Amino acid sequence: MSVLTADLPVSRSLPGWAGTAALLAVAYVAVPIFGTSYLFEAILLPFLALSLAGLGLNILTGYAGQVSLGSAAFMAVGAFAAFNFNLRVESLPLIASIALAGFAAAAIGLVFGLPSLRLKGFYLAVSTLAAQFFVQWALTKFSWFSNDSASGVIDAPPLSIAGVAFEGPVGRYLFSLTVVTVLTFLAYRLVISQTGRNFIAVRDNETAARIIGVPVLKTKLLAFAISSFIIGVAGVLWAFAYLRTVEPAGFNLDRSFQILFIVIIGGLASIRGAFFGAALIVVFPLVLSRLGSFLLGDIFDSGVLDMSQRIVLGTLIILFLILEPDGLVALWDRVRKRIGTGLRRS
Amino acid sequence: MQAMNYAFGGLGSVPFPPDVQEHLAGLDARTDDGGARHAEARDSALSLSSISLSFGGVVALTDIDISVRKGEIRAIIGPNGAGKSSLINVISGVYRPDRGHVRIGKNRYQQVPTQKLARLGIARTFQNLALFKGLSVLDNVVAGRAYTVRSTFLGQIAGLGRARREEADARDRAGRILDFLHLGHVSGRLAGTLPYGLQKRVELARALVAEPDILLLDEPMAGMTATEKNEMAGFVRAARDQYGTTVVLIEHDIGVVMGLSDRIAVLDYGRKIADGTPEEIRADQRVIDAYLGVASENEDGEGI
Ligand SMILES: Nc1ncnc2c1ncn2[C@@H]1O[C@H](COP(=O)(O)OP(=O)(O)OP(=O)(O)O)[C@@H](O)[C@H]1O
Ligand SMILES: [Mg+2]
Repeated sequence: MSVLTADLPVSRSLPGWAGTAALLAVAYVAVPIFGTSYLFEAILLPFLALSLAGLGLNILTGYAGQVSLGSAAFMAVGAFAAFNFNLRVESLPLIASIALAGFAAAAIGLVFGLPSLRLKGFYLAVSTLAAQFFVQWALTKFSWFSNDSASGVIDAPPLSIAGVAFEGPVGRYLFSLTVVTVLTFLAYRLVISQTGRNFIAVRDNETAARIIGVPVLKTKLLAFAISSFIIGVAGVLWAFAYLRTVEPAGFNLDRSFQILFIVIIGGLASIRGAFFGAALIVVFPLVLSRLGSFLLGDIFDSGVLDMSQRIVLGTLIILFLILEPDGLVALWDRVRKRIGTGLRRS
Repeated sequence: MQAMNYAFGGLGSVPFPPDVQEHLAGLDARTDDGGARHAEARDSALSLSSISLSFGGVVALTDIDISVRKGEIRAIIGPNGAGKSSLINVISGVYRPDRGHVRIGKNRYQQVPTQKLARLGIARTFQNLALFKGLSVLDNVVAGRAYTVRSTFLGQIAGLGRARREEADARDRAGRILDFLHLGHVSGRLAGTLPYGLQKRVELARALVAEPDILLLDEPMAGMTATEKNEMAGFVRAARDQYGTTVVLIEHDIGVVMGLSDRIAVLDYGRKIADGTPEEIRADQRVIDAYLGVASENEDGEGI
């Protein structure tokens, strides 16, 4: 796990901003023109929300080294907080509701991050499970959170910023894309700052970090707060832009694990890693289902799909942990480098 | 207590008027050599009084008194398991002694607050490397300025004002230290990918960039070739000469120690068995018995 910040040396070979600018141009111009509604609804919207959640968890786990199994809980806090702020505070702009939802998630994250001051690794992971169960329980138990809706499933409000409505799949996609782009940029600025260095210092050697004057406890709590903020906003995107409904059931332990897998498969301590991981997690079941029904026909029903999905995913994770602990990002960079040297030679 | 009298015996040449305050704070009330003790207290950068430390049944340190004068290179030697690293860990607050206290400048501590160590002017290196493997060499050294950071993470994200100045200042200093230690050519590499000897040097850089008053070095030359050791010894001496840094040095290579240090304390089984100038240590019968073996073999300390 020594090459965790492999982002840096590679981006130097090509001006990093050029690639990013090209990617954004495609995402903002080409995709909305050529994309089908299936692409937005089934792939890009969940991809963006999960990427953002992965980014949030990566700050906590990849950079600051604190394991968490409570990501879905913080997503749920974000989604329900945004819903309630939007519902209960008159004329509050949606963007303010979302920001406040982020702060609500950060506050809850801070509380459940307190054990990190004493616990490490496995024990910390187990204690973050408490967040998972507590939040889900509270959201189901107190119907106030769901505005006393009988089913517990509530419709998300329409998306708009400063009077501009983001309707339809393309609108919701652009809305998500903008939120994700802004937060990713801020996260990038964070991880290359002194605070980002402090995260890595605490992760790599807590004693040495303390001795050089890194405020270790503050740094850990800050990692929990910032990470939960981002994951909370991801929860809003998941509920408001992708599902269009808000319900506790979607934010269960499975989702927490899914986000952890995104980070592991994509690449720990890498901004791009979250996007790589999320892409794989979203696209892979679709490919598998196509492939399955093509090869096996009717036998490949949803039960078999679900099972094979778990088996393949589990295998993938084990393979990654053993063969490529730095994730898809490292794989990608190696391939690119090899192609680069190959081209130069020929 | 003979060893201790011996230790202070070496200092008697610089008489200072008695200072009652320092006397009460008490370095050691058991010797009669008052003048020397006050000289000690006056320009002492660091002192340990009656430090004892044990881990369960294992006694690591027994009733250790050691004082370090400002600007000196103070070596601590002794066989494996003698308690040298434990001593450094007590000074840096990583271990809490069972008895005794540590005085840093004017402050007296039962357990030194590790979190404040850098602000107290102390930096250290570790016997087993303690670099941040996932950071570049440059970032490791920049991190050594962590204790000076006042800007908030929001300021740092925005990259304006104080955050920007702090970052520029830290990079600037780190760059200079890296040049000073001839590490410029690896500044972009991930610290964990460097060979052992260079990692040791990066640790020294991370400690030096904090501009400490006191530098604690736990076997900074372990595992190095003779050339690398000489180079490292040169850096340690240069750090003292250029910045007036007080150095506490643990080192097994007796030649290096003899050539580099002003005074040497010898530990054996957690006790201090001798303390004095290199010449005194070289001639000390107990040290020869416990540690040095035949004294004449160790006279090649010059030129290091
Ligand atoms: N954290 C610890 N837990 C238990 N025992 C310890 C610990 N640290 C040190 N010891 C014990 O204390 C004694 C002194 O150890 P220390 O590391 O201080 O010796 P040292 O002089 O630095 O030796 P070396 O030259 O091998 O580095 C040893 O017996 C060691 O096993
Ligand atoms: Mg040691």
